[in-house]
Amino acid sequence: MALLVESTINGDKAEFVCEADETLMDVLRNRLGLKGVKEGCGTGDCGACSIKLDGTLVCSCLVLGAEAQGRTVETVEGMSDGAKLHPLQQKFLEHAALQCGICTPGFLIAADALLEKNPNPSEEEIRYALAGNLCRCTGYDKIVKAVQDAAKTMNGAAK
Amino acid sequence: MIFESPQTTQEAVTLLAKSKGRVHVLAGGSDLLVRMKGGYIEPDVIVDIKHIKSMNVIKKTAEGFLIGAAVSCGKLGEHAALKKAWPGVVEAANLIGSDQIQGRCTIVGNMCNASPAADSVPALIAANALAIVQGPRGERRVPVEKIATAPGKTSLKKGEVVESVLLPPRRAKSSDAYMRFTPRTEMDIAVVSAAVNLKLGKKGVIEEADVALGAVAATALRVKAAGKAIIGSTLDEDALDRLEAACAEACNPINDKRGTIDFRVKVSKVLGRRAATLAYTRAGGIK
Repeated sequence: MALLVESTINGDKAEFVCEADETLMDVLRNRLGLKGVKEGCGTGDCGACSIKLDGTLVCSCLVLGAEAQGRTVETVEGMSDGAKLHPLQQKFLEHAALQCGICTPGFLIAADALLEKNPNPSEEEIRYALAGNLCRCTGYDKIVKAVQDAAKTMNGAAK
Repeated sequence: MIFESPQTTQEAVTLLAKSKGRVHVLAGGSDLLVRMKGGYIEPDVIVDIKHIKSMNVIKKTAEGFLIGAAVSCGKLGEHAALKKAWPGVVEAANLIGSDQIQGRCTIVGNMCNASPAADSVPALIAANALAIVQGPRGERRVPVEKIATAPGKTSLKKGEVVESVLLPPRRAKSSDAYMRFTPRTEMDIAVVSAAVNLKLGKKGVIEEADVALGAVAATALRVKAAGKAIIGSTLDEDALDRLEAACAEACNPINDKRGTIDFRVKVSKVLGRRAATLAYTRAGGIK
């Protein structure tokens, strides 16, 4: 059964058709071309498909496309301001907090969700908040450092 | 597959009752979608309950805290009054998965998924929580330990849906605690877990105590003898030894690579002791 779904994706009104059993991850990637949403495990363990749904951090592989009706969806594609990277994106580059990059969009969204709730997290808080995102290349130190540095930059800009 | 998103509990009940084939309720989806993906289930109808207002709220009433079936576990952790009243239930709910999972998973889903290792279920049993079940014949209130009957099986009948969970009002000098053992510190499934809820009387003497264990039998267990073992005590060493013996006696675990029978039985004693001690301290007892 195909469904027509209306939602707001990265600030824009969006309409899409999907099957009832199609995940939001598949909709975002395959129907809307938002390939920043990555499929790692497909079972909510790796966090590569992380998005914000009505502002809440979730794995889009565990959400049905149909559930996005009337809701807002934010993906990594909406993070930068045009060509100007989000401080988290910039700091991930500066700290070399990525190698293959598959996990990066999920980490960026999860880190963004953390800094929204807690603009000045401790290292431990960052590690807990990012525990739902797996990286098999860099190890986590560079990622944690990038998030700490981005928090510093963002707090400086807010002052 | 048909996707339905009813606006009221009544509509949900009607849909669940009349739908043919395999009908599944969707709350957070953190178990349901994994099972669909793995090919373990192939639903004909999915009923998403997240648009039902009464299922989306945490309400404090004269009867206690009413937690809607669609309220995410993350939301429980953000509810200061609930956290203060039922720290054990909230810590159990907040141990499930990552922040991503916390944004979706629910205690009612945890209960109805009927895993013996469900984190929130022992805490709810020890709390004497009731599942408010709505069905074609109206409402019935079911003690949480009567929902799961076997791994993956519940006592819910065709057309029935758990609308909410009712936690009793928190009384003076009482508290609860939940602990689990996992090989990793986080993002893991309990090998053994224990929940204790107790109320103190005069001079720190335990008046009432409820103990529940997880992952040591086909369903989470209420261990009446373990509660009884510490009632009338100030949780002295003898009482704790009796509690440990009762916990070990109640265990009927599986033997697998995550934990042998001997290990699970032993850890049930350790966690029973520690959870009781923490609940006792939280209730104002001095250890």
